[in-house]
Amino acid sequence: MTEAFIYDHVRTPRGRGREDGSLHEVTSVGLATQVLEAIRDRNELDTALLDDVILGSAQPVGEQGGVLARAAVLNAGYAQTVGGQQVNRFCASALDAVNLIAAQVMAGMIKGGIGGGVEAMSRTKLGYDSGPWAADPAITLSNHYAPQGIGADLIATLDGYTREDVDSYAIESQRRAAESWAEGRFGGAIVPVRDAIGEVLLDRDELIRPGTTLEQLAKLKPAFEGFGKAGFEAVVKDRYPQVEQLSYVHHGGNSSGIVDGSGVVLVGSEAFGKSAGLKPRAKIRSYASIGSEPTIMLTAPAAVTEKALSIAGMSKDDIDLFELNEAFASMMLRYMRTLDIPHDKINVNGGAIAMGHPMGATGAMILGTVLDELERRDLNTALVSLCAANGLGTATIIERV
Amino acid sequence: MRHLNILKGANGVATLVLDNADAPMNVISLDFTGEMEEAIASLTADESVKGVILSSAKPAFMAGADLKFLVGAYDQLTKRDHFEFSQRVSGMLRAIERSGKPWVAIIDGLALGGGLELALACHRRIAVDRPGTGVGLPEVNVGLLPGAGGTQRLLRIAGVKAALDLLLSGRQLGAKEALALKIIDEIVPADEAVSSAKAWLATNPDPVKPWDVKGAQAPQKLGILVPADAAHYSMAAAQVAKQAGYNQPAAAAILSTVYEGAQLPMDKALSVESKYFAQLLGSPVARNIIRTSFISRKAAEKGARRPAGVPKSKVSKVGVLGAGMMGAGIAYVSAKAGIEVVLLDRDVPTAEKGRQYSAKVTQKLIASGKMTEADAEAILARITATDDFAALEGCDMIVEAVFEDLAIKAETTAKAEAVIPESAVFGSNTSTLPISELAKASKRPDQFIGVHFFSPVDRMSLVEVIMGRQTSPETLAKALDFVAQLRKTPIVVNDSRGFYTSRVFQTMIHEGAAMLGEGVPPAVIENAAKAIGMPVGPLVLLDELSFDLPLMIVDQAIEQEGSKYLVPAGVQTLRRMRDEIGRGGRKAGGGFYEYLEGGKKQLWKGLSDHFPENDDWNIEDLKARFLYTQAIETVRCLEEGVLETKEDADLGSVYGWGFPLWTGGTISYIDTVGLPAFEREADRLAQLYGPRFSPPQSLRDRASKGTPFYAGAGQDETASEGRLASADS
Repeated sequence: MTEAFIYDHVRTPRGRGREDGSLHEVTSVGLATQVLEAIRDRNELDTALLDDVILGSAQPVGEQGGVLARAAVLNAGYAQTVGGQQVNRFCASALDAVNLIAAQVMAGMIKGGIGGGVEAMSRTKLGYDSGPWAADPAITLSNHYAPQGIGADLIATLDGYTREDVDSYAIESQRRAAESWAEGRFGGAIVPVRDAIGEVLLDRDELIRPGTTLEQLAKLKPAFEGFGKAGFEAVVKDRYPQVEQLSYVHHGGNSSGIVDGSGVVLVGSEAFGKSAGLKPRAKIRSYASIGSEPTIMLTAPAAVTEKALSIAGMSKDDIDLFELNEAFASMMLRYMRTLDIPHDKINVNGGAIAMGHPMGATGAMILGTVLDELERRDLNTALVSLCAANGLGTATIIERV
Repeated sequence: MRHLNILKGANGVATLVLDNADAPMNVISLDFTGEMEEAIASLTADESVKGVILSSAKPAFMAGADLKFLVGAYDQLTKRDHFEFSQRVSGMLRAIERSGKPWVAIIDGLALGGGLELALACHRRIAVDRPGTGVGLPEVNVGLLPGAGGTQRLLRIAGVKAALDLLLSGRQLGAKEALALKIIDEIVPADEAVSSAKAWLATNPDPVKPWDVKGAQAPQKLGILVPADAAHYSMAAAQVAKQAGYNQPAAAAILSTVYEGAQLPMDKALSVESKYFAQLLGSPVARNIIRTSFISRKAAEKGARRPAGVPKSKVSKVGVLGAGMMGAGIAYVSAKAGIEVVLLDRDVPTAEKGRQYSAKVTQKLIASGKMTEADAEAILARITATDDFAALEGCDMIVEAVFEDLAIKAETTAKAEAVIPESAVFGSNTSTLPISELAKASKRPDQFIGVHFFSPVDRMSLVEVIMGRQTSPETLAKALDFVAQLRKTPIVVNDSRGFYTSRVFQTMIHEGAAMLGEGVPPAVIENAAKAIGMPVGPLVLLDELSFDLPLMIVDQAIEQEGSKYLVPAGVQTLRRMRDEIGRGGRKAGGGFYEYLEGGKKQLWKGLSDHFPENDDWNIEDLKARFLYTQAIETVRCLEEGVLETKEDADLGSVYGWGFPLWTGGTISYIDTVGLPAFEREADRLAQLYGPRFSPPQSLRDRASKGTPFYAGAGQDETASEGRLASADS
């Protein structure tokens, strides 16, 4: 089997996903175009060597629909022979996009390509795409659909995480992210986003709040109690009858932030690297996807981690660093507890609670982040995973070369 | 035509008057449909007719469909038949809509269900401005959906959000709210309705509905591309889970009918609506709900169990002995029914306190606009609070509601009987003491009867009437006449420990306590009971009841029957809670729950120390145990003659202690499961959990003979005696 190598990765900074966010004026295709241009230019890449570009979006509708990847490829001035494909596995989309490029390389069907994603959440707002899982009543009832935040609060209820537990996790994420920025650890991957006259709109993650304290977070009202009381608590109890009362501990401060951004990863065979004159930085050891119980929704990462480890013939102790998307604090605590992973081996540079989660782009961003960190610490292996809506999850294991 | 009149007037205006020849209200029946089809065809073909006014000669426009016909359909017809029936009525209304002539409906009074669907098919709806005018689509309440275009027209007229609200709640709207939602177009004084309709017709209105305009792109065609609508479906489904639970298919079917129909052209949408209607009509749940809540209930209220040949009686003065919670409630409902009440207790202040309960209830009703000051005053004026037995003179009826103690009751009986007329009926509101035992204190045991009310009396509709060994048929007839005066629903049972309702209800709460003893986590127990549709869990109920009462009943039974008595499942848990742990229920300061400041409660954290939890539970088994223990105990009541009819069993369970209506009641539930399957499951549960689940012999006999309790279509030997109420009354 051909091996698939990571040659480079870039990402935009994450802009606040609201009307006052610095990236709000940039279209989704515009964000994707800028990262595609950047990864080409900094590698002096002859794009005719690329077979395919696969981009994920968790809401592939409106300006994020219509196989945005192809539009971005053409807009970035890539060779017109480069394909384009759109994938959606909700929040895991971009990691799946990278995995699909890697899989084609491994299968010998392509030599090289780019996987990643884009999500401009200030523009294609949450809810613009709904789908049967969340909005077709016949499906939502049989599926026991509840919003993700309810799933997060359910994990806290079942595992007994208190408000202080989840808030403390959030504060540590903020501290790590601030420290990483202060030390310039993200600098190598960041593509400043420019406007129509070429001026920089944003060159660092905008949402981050260094110095956040427990007292500040304690003042925030639980965000999902309204949903629960309106009916979703009944949905949850039908699946989890051991719940007497949901404990509502999540809020904006301990949940992933809503942001705009895009990230891509350049993947190819050894031969591709040679033709392009590039040195591989890591190889993809294995990847896996899985489905888990949809109502709690956010607990697939542990299972998909085991699955990816088993495919790679590795054990958890073979992994130097873990990177798991911080959708909500409770699912992070559950993951660490289930797999017995110490906090100092996971999300060592902070995560989406501090910096935000551009849904369909995050997988590529955190894969790049952990690769940079392996190099900085001179470690070898990392496992990246994300939970995704409706109980889905994806993981990828990389190893430096 | 028997149910319709067509009058042709000036300027091409025809009037079609709905006038059911067989009943005081217009209903959609097969008869009516046939005539209506004919009338629509002839009005459409008649070139001299330019427009049609549709009105009613009855006090209401139309009340809905003939439920008796619908409940019969379950066993007799296929889903294809249900679909075709719905499509026929739907097509009839579509013929009005597509007739090419404008139709105006004049809604004077109620237009409900099929009545509103008929009006919605017209091109204009004029409501008469009077308090009785209202519209609604209440089908969800009987386990159905509006199957004649109601879901589709409502969503196209009022929008998805408003349509779902009305369809899922089944609530009735006044004319003003209906106007705001465009369900009606105009509100006019009664004497202007016809002229207003004529004036509109004179403007030569375009008789094409917006959804029938060629090339029209209605907003609902975008479906869930409209984020607000997508979010609304999502929330509405959660609300269905909360309010209806997962046992009632009607609400879910309504959601799907709206969701799927919105994007379709009208005829296709109507066909989808008919398919979901057929799905519901072909499910046992709708049959169960209609049969118990409508047919059996109406029959009971009209005297299904009243002995024939006894002249109708009327109570004009009732003596209520004991002014506690029950007595006060009974006094209130009696006074409200226009009966003069003597409310007696040991001293006047205590009696007066009971009387003041009526003041409290009526004040609330006045505040919410449901009662006038004058009516409230009259009710209060009818109640005399006293401690003097002499005041009972002239009472035709006594309801004794003093402390549950044989001696106290005996003394009260003697004192009352010294004063009341010889013809008076003496009723006891006991819930635990044998009537025949109490009757021993009476000079006239044949006139002594149990009238068991439920708390709170003004809200609980059931009265369990209990025959003592010597109670005469005449006494029963009089007691039932009294219950009818109170507009309550009676069942009639024979004397035995706990009668019917208390005895079977007890099995449910004991089952919950037993589960706790087995190590099932308490939240799981409560959620399992709620998952089958019980309003609250058994542990809450036990706490409210306090453990003394169920334990006292058990102690008495052991004393009287010794080893013959099958000790209920939860006794050990209850004894441990009360006697060892010192938590005897809410009144004793806490039981399974702890009661926090501000009225909140939570499961007592210490429970798991005393009843260690395990993971061996299976939620489906727990749900089955709650349903089966009650159903099987009910069969025993029938076998022992405590119950005489299956209808009493079903009504008593649903209206006495909240056995879930989707089942139709404890006996209907067995038929719903099917006898062989029920017997198998009961045997399995008996093996796992004990002999309380063993199917009684009579159930095994039924299962082997294959004779369900209700012989097909809900029309059985009792129904064929013609005691069933017609659907429209």
